[in-house]
Amino acid sequence: MRKQIACLRNSFFDEGFLDEQFLQLEDLQDDANPNFVEEIVTSFYGDSVRLLRNLEMALEKRPFDFCKLENYMHLFKGSSSSIGAIKVKRECTRFQDYCKAGNAEGCINSYQQVKQEHAILRRKLETYFKLARQAA
Amino acid sequence: MHLGTCQLTKSGSAMPTSSGSAGDAVSDQFPVGLRVLVVDDDPTCLMILYKMLLSCRYNATKCNRADIALSLLREKKGGFDIVISDVHMPDMDGFKLLEHIGLEMDLPVIMMSADDSKNVVMKGVTHGACDYLIKPVRIEALKNIWQHVVRKKKHEYKDFEQSGSVEDGDRQQKTPDDVDYSSSANEGSWRSSKRRKDEEDDTEDRDDTSSQKKPRVVWSVDLHKQFVAAVNQLGIDKAFPKKILELMNVPGITRENVASHLQKYRIYLRRLSGQHQSGLSNSFMGSQEAPFGSMPSFSSLELQALAASGQIPAQSLATIQAASHGRSATKSAISPLVDQRNLFSFESPKLHFGEGQRNNSTQMNFLHGIPTNMEPKQLVSLHQTANSLGGMMQGTQSNPLMVQMAQPYSRAQNESISNYASRFPSSIGLSNGIASGVIGRSALVDNVKGPVYNQVSQPSSIADFSVSRSEDLSGTGFSIGGSLGSSLISSKGVLQGEPSMEVKESRGEGASYDIFNDLHQQKSQDWSLRNVGLTYDTSQHMNMQENTDASSYLVQQSFMANQDTAHSRNSSTGKEVFPGGDERAQRNEPIIGQQPNAHHTDNSFRVKAESFPETSNQNTLLPGHYDQDDLMSALFKQVSYFLAIFVI
Repeated sequence: MRKQIACLRNSFFDEGFLDEQFLQLEDLQDDANPNFVEEIVTSFYGDSVRLLRNLEMALEKRPFDFCKLENYMHLFKGSSSSIGAIKVKRECTRFQDYCKAGNAEGCINSYQQVKQEHAILRRKLETYFKLARQAA
Repeated sequence: MHLGTCQLTKSGSAMPTSSGSAGDAVSDQFPVGLRVLVVDDDPTCLMILYKMLLSCRYNATKCNRADIALSLLREKKGGFDIVISDVHMPDMDGFKLLEHIGLEMDLPVIMMSADDSKNVVMKGVTHGACDYLIKPVRIEALKNIWQHVVRKKKHEYKDFEQSGSVEDGDRQQKTPDDVDYSSSANEGSWRSSKRRKDEEDDTEDRDDTSSQKKPRVVWSVDLHKQFVAAVNQLGIDKAFPKKILELMNVPGITRENVASHLQKYRIYLRRLSGQHQSGLSNSFMGSQEAPFGSMPSFSSLELQALAASGQIPAQSLATIQAASHGRSATKSAISPLVDQRNLFSFESPKLHFGEGQRNNSTQMNFLHGIPTNMEPKQLVSLHQTANSLGGMMQGTQSNPLMVQMAQPYSRAQNESISNYASRFPSSIGLSNGIASGVIGRSALVDNVKGPVYNQVSQPSSIADFSVSRSEDLSGTGFSIGGSLGSSLISSKGVLQGEPSMEVKESRGEGASYDIFNDLHQQKSQDWSLRNVGLTYDTSQHMNMQENTDASSYLVQQSFMANQDTAHSRNSSTGKEVFPGGDERAQRNEPIIGQQPNAHHTDNSFRVKAESFPETSNQNTLLPGHYDQDDLMSALFKQVSYFLAIFVI
């Protein structure tokens, strides 16, 4: 089982879902905070719901307020990068580029990508933590 | 900043290692225990950073809102060594917070953001951030932040050494509450560490100031006044440290001291002009341009100052102010006003009240800006008190500065200014400047009974305020104080843009005082208005603290509490300021509490709430009721407080 967990964890890095920032989080985990990483990730996902909602609401308005969209995404990007969600972060940057270019369609598509990557990673991490808890 | 418990030692990576081993209890454990305040609205990031800081063995405090962070910093003056803040925050722009901190507390601030674009990083640099971290922040980056604390201290020490014992005493007094650091112990260890880290000579000099924790030049109100006067004389554009130094002709100050002070001042002015626009009603806004540039032309301001001092009839002041307002008078007038606001707030903290005297002086400075509206009569009373304060205001020259200072302080300062004003007859000049600025702002000036106000009213920029104020205030004299108090108190709220003081002012004399009285209940002894100017024994420290707390209530309370002390201390400060102002003063205080809501916007007290928040002028606000003395002290405190900021 531990092997499975280790494999899963490695895949995160190998497949580019997470970067070394995640390692930093793991370093912070110790006996005093045994579930620190999971707590942080949970907190991130909880908070990201709010951020994504803001984005969606802003995307419903016409015409697009690119500045606002860019700012919202900036917040989401910062949050994602703090847990090392590199794929998500990349999509965020792409979204921001579209905003800067004033490309509405590009924004919409890019946003879908962001959301998708966000969900994929969430599922993976949930599985990972569940396994880790079981192993512990 | 006081490193307090931080001692040089080796811990973590790249930590300076003292001769002692890491296990050495007494020695250098620096930077272990470094008190860091981290501010970020993103809860995930905040938690991560917090944990990282803890794992670096820092004494970390996390905060998710900028306003809470500011109040934390103000409450515990000297309670933090360094601040890390995010750039994008919903309630306040990170850069704005950075400015506030730099001016009020002079702590090193590190900015961070996921945004790594050059212009944002540049913005951080121009606003005075000592570092900029790109998110996601790695723990390695945090391990080295102590270097900024040390660097800053080192710079201060250096200044100090060069300047000799100029403000030695001030300094000492200033950091009374740094004691929590176990200053003596730390100092020693810090010193020794420093020695290790730096050259020997660094610490040697420092040892001379043994009692002081921070051997650096303390920019007392007087000193700042002189500084401002010199700057104005030279003209902002031509204000070079060397020349300023020559003009000031104060022994014990080095060119470096002046240079760093000038830098702060410039930031302050810039900020004022920026802020001013938004908040101030007319006169101030004008200053947007080169805040410094405006300074040079004091004339209008000086006029006001003079007027404030009672030498110029109120009307003239109004005229002057109007002129300045229209910017026709002098840009400087306006800018200074704008800046004054900031200056005041800025100055007050800086004003190290360390010594009672000093406090007074600082207060005076505030008065400068504030008393724009002060009625001649009021001013006079203020003046008297101001005189006692120490004549900080003495330099009308510093009017521009004062004006600026006045502005921010106007709110809080009004009271203090009045206090100061009365105290420092000489400072009137300054006060005028400030008063002008302040007056405009805080309308407090109007109330200033003593000469102090006169001065303030001069700065036309403040004119707006002052003018309007004078009308309102005319009777209340104290209202200024009140407004100050309110402004101070509400500095948080007030700064928001409406000089809460105004509110008071409109109240009329009776009202404001009442309010204060209520507020007074709280008496926060600690706040010790005393410091404000009268005794300033620890005022410096307190002032700063008090100011920071911005808890208008505190101010009020302290005022209340100080009343007694103030009276005893200030010979006249409080009282004179508000000769009849007691009643009024009282008004002010109550208003203070209310300020945030009350703004008498109409009064033009715009005093820039923004600027005030920093200036915990609150103290001044209270002055109203306590007594004129208290008010004055409060004002002075504020002023000194601001000056303290500059002192850096």
